[in-house]
Amino acid sequence: MSTLPLAVSRRRRRGVRHTLDMRVSPYAYVAPFFLLFCAFGLFPLLFTAWVSLHEWTLLSETQEFIGAANYTTLLADGYFWNATFNTLSIGVLSTVPQLALAIWLAHLLNRRLRFQTLFRVALLLPNVTSVVAVVVIFSQLFGRDFGMINWILSWFGAGNIDWAAGTATSHIALSVMIMWRWTGYNALIFLAAMQAVPRELYEAATLDGASNFTQLRRITIPMIRPTMIFVVIVSTIGAMQIIAEPLLFGQSSGGGGGVATGGPDRQFQTLALFVYEQGFANSTFDFGYASAASWLMFVAVVIVAGINFLITRKVKGGLV
Amino acid sequence: MKLRYLTLTAVAFFSAFPLYYSVVVASRHNSALAEVPPPLLPGGNFFANVARVFDTVPFGLALVNSVVVAGSISIAVMFFSTLAGFAFAKLRFRGKNVMLVITVATMMVPAQLGIIPLYMLMVKLEWTGTNYALIVPALVNAFGVFFMTQYLTRALPNELLEAGRVDGCSTWGLFWHVVLPTARPAAAVLGMLTFMSAWNDYFWPLVVLTPDNPTVQVALSTLASGYVNDYVLGLAGTAIGTLPLVAVFALFGKQIIGGIMQGAVKG
Repeated sequence: MSTLPLAVSRRRRRGVRHTLDMRVSPYAYVAPFFLLFCAFGLFPLLFTAWVSLHEWTLLSETQEFIGAANYTTLLADGYFWNATFNTLSIGVLSTVPQLALAIWLAHLLNRRLRFQTLFRVALLLPNVTSVVAVVVIFSQLFGRDFGMINWILSWFGAGNIDWAAGTATSHIALSVMIMWRWTGYNALIFLAAMQAVPRELYEAATLDGASNFTQLRRITIPMIRPTMIFVVIVSTIGAMQIIAEPLLFGQSSGGGGGVATGGPDRQFQTLALFVYEQGFANSTFDFGYASAASWLMFVAVVIVAGINFLITRKVKGGLV
Repeated sequence: MKLRYLTLTAVAFFSAFPLYYSVVVASRHNSALAEVPPPLLPGGNFFANVARVFDTVPFGLALVNSVVVAGSISIAVMFFSTLAGFAFAKLRFRGKNVMLVITVATMMVPAQLGIIPLYMLMVKLEWTGTNYALIVPALVNAFGVFFMTQYLTRALPNELLEAGRVDGCSTWGLFWHVVLPTARPAAAVLGMLTFMSAWNDYFWPLVVLTPDNPTVQVALSTLASGYVNDYVLGLAGTAIGTLPLVAVFALFGKQIIGGIMQGAVKG
């Protein structure tokens, strides 16, 4: 008789454990992501704002609160505005042609096609290549004296272009590297969206005598608009943060200048590279100043991404 | 029709040519760079150049570090993403939809802008210069969680889970015996994608590591930024640091591309 209460309590205990399992397990399973994001994603981003209000360097023991002083210095800093201009210039030069080309390539692939897999693998090959490899390879191709690109251009009567030296030429060279690495990837993303567009729409349009280009403009683009918005925003955010390409290009093109200046005349220093220079590559290790630049960059990213969102949403076409 | 194949072939050529050309240069002597027209076929100097790479930077150590870092990140991402994907796809709990939306939204956070506090955090934890600084922040990411959620919603039959429950499985038991086997194909693709991006990661390792204990990408950038511009040396390093990955990709290209496109559809 004495075993009965024990059995009940064991059953109840199992019941409690079951309820606990059902209630708590789901949260425990998603917790690692949220904890990690808060610790290494969200917290650093927010803490940047706090650091930016201080005189704060890697080496100093104490940090003095200086209010908005870093920001006022920054807004008067010509190098900061130079970096802002370069970021926008390289961003536009690399993103606009890239996305147009990606949509067109996806359109070409979105048919029954022989060697479909082969083409897709080839398109994604550059994306598997590391950014270091890309810049090393293209620095050679863009070389002033013995680069293959200048050699080809010389057939058309061009002289030896010193790609890294000029503002416009260095922006073009960097944009080519970025485009080479990302066009195929974005084409595949667009292709995935295009495959969800009903075939009948194209068949009907063909019967109506719509050209290939008209079909792309009037059917495909309106139908994949959500994906376009997504890709445009992600590309914008990526373009605003470009850093590895100019950093490496400055080192491997041998033009001189500091480690992170983006060329001797800062002709291709981007905002992210400016932040890196102030925080890590400068003898002052000025974390406060670099954080202020980071935070302004964050604001800029949000503004530019927002503008692009509104523009992309407005892209018209429509089926009627 | 002809034009389409012609265009795509041209694009495929431009995608592959720079990689091919890097091997050509890497297999020659520096003097070949000055030749006009430039050489278009590989020479016989490749292994001599690779040996120079190992003499110039600690490339063996870099390879070990990269394998350890990319390997542990991939395994962790596969595991935690499947776990969270299971919860989001098949379990009921309050706040689930909001949490999933937040997860997707975090993909748009420009996390690189928090790099200074992140570095300060690593200094506090005394992880600078170690692989922990690379591995721990990357143990799981929003893309992986979203990717596995998508897959498990589609591929994991509810009946299977119910049957498991009837047999007395706990939630963890279900995960272990039912979810993991089902998730394997998608998790493998996720693992490969993660491995590639971890292997290729450059900026964060550059900030937090030192040149004497580098990953492959950091070692390559040291090579490339040498005082004398030795392109052959840089490209030889690039070839051995990149080509294994490219080869793996060419082998599993179909699956990897399928994975990228699947993750994208509802993005």
